[in-house]
Amino acid sequence: MRMITRRIGFYIVTAVVAITVNFFIPRLMPGNPVLAVLGRVQAQESKQAIAALEVQYGVATKTGLWGQYVQYWSRLLHGNLGTSLNFYPASVGGLIRAALPWTVALVGVATVISFVLGTLLGVAAAWRRGSWLDGLLPSMTFFQAAPYFFVAILAVALFATKLGWFPPNSGYDTTTLNPGLDWPFLSNVLDHAVLPALTIVLASIAGWIIGMRNMMITTMDEDYVLLAQAKGLPARRVVGYAARNALLPSVAGFSLAIGFIVSGALLTEIVFSYPGVGYLLFTAIGSDDYPLLQGIFLIITLAVLLANLAADFVYAFLDPRTRQEA
Amino acid sequence: MTRLLRSPKIVVGLCLSVVFAIVAIIGPLIAPYNPNASASTTISTPQPPSAAHWLGTTQVQQDVLSQLLVGGRSTILVSLVAGLAATVLAVLFGVAAGYFGGLGDDLLSMLANIFLVLPALPLLIVIFGFLGKGASPNDAVIGVIIAITGWAFGARQLRAQTLSMRNRDFVDSARIIGEKSWRIMSFEILPNLIPVVATSFLFTVIYGVGTYTALSFLGVINTSHWSWGTMLYWAQSAQAAQQVHLEWWWFVPPGVAVGLFGTGLALLNFGIDEFVNPRLRGAGLTGRAARRAGLPRRPQLGLTPVLRSARRAS
Amino acid sequence: MNSSDILISVRGLCVDYGLGDEAVHAVVDADLELRRGETLGLAGESGSGKSTLAYAITRLLRPPGVITAGSAYFGSSVNLLTAGQRELRGLRWNEIAVVLQSSMNALNPVLSIGTQFSDVLRAHRPDMSRADRRARSGQLLEMVGIPADRLSSYPHELSGGMRQRVMIATALALDPSVVIMDEPTTALDVVTQREILEELMTLRDRLGFAVLFISHDLSLLVEIADSIAVMYAGRLVERAGASAVFRAPRHPYSLGLLSSFPALHGPRQAMEGIPGSPPDLRDMPSGCPFHPRCGYAFDRCRSDPPPPLLELDAGTRAAACWLQDGREAVPAELALTAVDAVSANSGGRA
Repeated sequence: MRMITRRIGFYIVTAVVAITVNFFIPRLMPGNPVLAVLGRVQAQESKQAIAALEVQYGVATKTGLWGQYVQYWSRLLHGNLGTSLNFYPASVGGLIRAALPWTVALVGVATVISFVLGTLLGVAAAWRRGSWLDGLLPSMTFFQAAPYFFVAILAVALFATKLGWFPPNSGYDTTTLNPGLDWPFLSNVLDHAVLPALTIVLASIAGWIIGMRNMMITTMDEDYVLLAQAKGLPARRVVGYAARNALLPSVAGFSLAIGFIVSGALLTEIVFSYPGVGYLLFTAIGSDDYPLLQGIFLIITLAVLLANLAADFVYAFLDPRTRQEA
Repeated sequence: MTRLLRSPKIVVGLCLSVVFAIVAIIGPLIAPYNPNASASTTISTPQPPSAAHWLGTTQVQQDVLSQLLVGGRSTILVSLVAGLAATVLAVLFGVAAGYFGGLGDDLLSMLANIFLVLPALPLLIVIFGFLGKGASPNDAVIGVIIAITGWAFGARQLRAQTLSMRNRDFVDSARIIGEKSWRIMSFEILPNLIPVVATSFLFTVIYGVGTYTALSFLGVINTSHWSWGTMLYWAQSAQAAQQVHLEWWWFVPPGVAVGLFGTGLALLNFGIDEFVNPRLRGAGLTGRAARRAGLPRRPQLGLTPVLRSARRAS
Repeated sequence: MNSSDILISVRGLCVDYGLGDEAVHAVVDADLELRRGETLGLAGESGSGKSTLAYAITRLLRPPGVITAGSAYFGSSVNLLTAGQRELRGLRWNEIAVVLQSSMNALNPVLSIGTQFSDVLRAHRPDMSRADRRARSGQLLEMVGIPADRLSSYPHELSGGMRQRVMIATALALDPSVVIMDEPTTALDVVTQREILEELMTLRDRLGFAVLFISHDLSLLVEIADSIAVMYAGRLVERAGASAVFRAPRHPYSLGLLSSFPALHGPRQAMEGIPGSPPDLRDMPSGCPFHPRCGYAFDRCRSDPPPPLLELDAGTRAAACWLQDGREAVPAELALTAVDAVSANSGGRA
């Protein structure tokens, strides 16, 4: 338990750092970009939009830097992430709230599939060294090295455009359906989610496979695995002895992986115009919508920290050695 | 050293890396056209590969091959700078933290962990989003900024290795003789860390190329500055993959280029890994000699192989 | 001796690490016999091949180990070298159990002790109910002096001595006829060593299993073993009853080992030890592997192929030394009888 409380403390510190960094970046950039953007949009946006932006970024304000920082924090703690410039008067929080479920569902499901499948394949590749599974590794490495969005583009090109099996974009067919908990809508959502999910799985699975395989090979050298064989335990149980231990570094490395997977998922959404946070981010970049950009950064960071915390819980559950008070 | 070259992974990885190094150096020099030049103003759809344009053209009739060659230098350069800068930072922070311990170690570890957990791409998007509008950064600066998010992994590994080495006898004796700390770190500890530094460097370069390509693809980095990611940005804007007449020549080359570059480096990494950790190699009982002796093709745990000659005789 | 009493018989076993020219000959031409209820000590320095031999017999040797020649039988019917996975699995732990040296590494760190007991019982006694398994596991723990409520503990929660006891209890779970012990007490402090060895001997006397006890500590083997086989550079160099080896060694290496122990009583003697160090198995000297370090070596030791185990004393013991082949004059220290030895090895143990 002490380990968990220490981790929670660490994540809180990291969140504070992220929030602080988020506050300082626009104020530290050379050439004062906010002013530049303001100058450009002066003509197009309404007076309120400009005013809101000025307040958020402390342009031409009397409050000092520390005062602005405090105000920033109090706004955050009230759930106020600012107002979008591009979608004025929509609030950043509201926009993100609409897009987040799509991303969470996609990333969540795809990551679980990738982890489970990758781990199983890794165990199999280690147990049956010299089998055809070893040939899988180079091609999987290529998919891992190629950028997520390229795999996405390939998936679109092959399965959507060429073969026509799955739709090439969107979260669901906006022209014919309305959101609801009915089967036509849900099946349509699933239909649209297959290719994005496939992309994420393909691009991330190699890491799990190779990591698990290498760890299994090292673990199978341990005495307790030899003893399990000596005890005449069935093969499945011996594999289990090794896998249960080899799994630990994969779970520990999950925190590193989740950052990559989330980034990759964002890029995938762009290719598919999938209505998640990634696509929202893309429009924010294209339209210089700074409040939205920064709001998304914060939410993504917090989500990744939460996922890490979950992984830490799982690790503590799997490894009884961590439960001991030092 | 020569044993390294016996591994097929290293050989392939090395070849790929060398090819890309050559592209980085001479790419823009051998490009047949100016990547910005439009061959024609009347045609408005991308043209498939032809004699004049080996990889076809983009929507505005720019030569894809030229873009690939020119963009290659930028992409590879940024990745290398990112890898180099990140590795330097990792060595500085990691070895220092591991060697000195105490409060400095605690702080540096905390810093590294924070950077490890913070999602890199969103952070870089915010940085470049603000940066790009005020000043247009050049390749080296981009590389360094990317390195800021990529040093933490290597630093943690180097710190762990340094910690395990700090208590070894040869370090102790150096300290007793009175060698200065920085000399001990540079000449006693660092030489033993070379494999870790090498894999860390390769890993960070892969990270760099992926991140830089992603940032260009998003349009966060100046889209008129050619790189493989930028090519994909324009291809995606024109929905090249969604067209009925698949404009594959536009998006496949840059993507495959990035993939192959990364694969080459990854293979090098695997090769070094296998070299350092001999268990990952075949353990000497595979191959033709083994099969001729009648050993099973796959070594089975808990079943020591017996030569065919011994099996028959017993 | 009834032949049905022979549990393990090994003839001419050769074990290599690796294949082809670069193969290292870890065990050469080993002959061994283990009878029901007998305790056989396998003695030798590190790298002598004693562990390799024991693991090879049970086919547990890790890659790149390969068995290249010889035979190994369990009882009169089971050919250990040609047996398949299933046959071996039936034999393992039921008849042949193993106790490893390092208990920390030998117990799965993420599973409780109870689970690890239960796995063994479930694999070999499928008819046992969960309650029965639990009861039997508790019984096994109590047998080695650990309270049954520790079944739910994890390995890292136990001390080194307790873990080794758990290992022993696990080994005896199915009442095997042979227990192979690979330096089971080397990793422990002396006090715990003594405790565990005494418990082991009590259990052995009570349950009657045969023991193949591997150790570098010859003095220990002299105490607990019925017979001892000494190995050097992959070969068996002497085989005899325990007290015979101790009081009247026939091989110069055994003699050297015995003079390395200080006597508890009697006048102080200069310690001799054996000059030099064991050979690199990849670069063996010609002829007898021990001759570079042997005080009695003569020409034949260098020029002829290594001596086989020569039977002595009407076949009750054997030594692999040209001095013992009947053609040479045997130095007095290598020709003692048990009676002379009492005065010669003044003040030794037992």
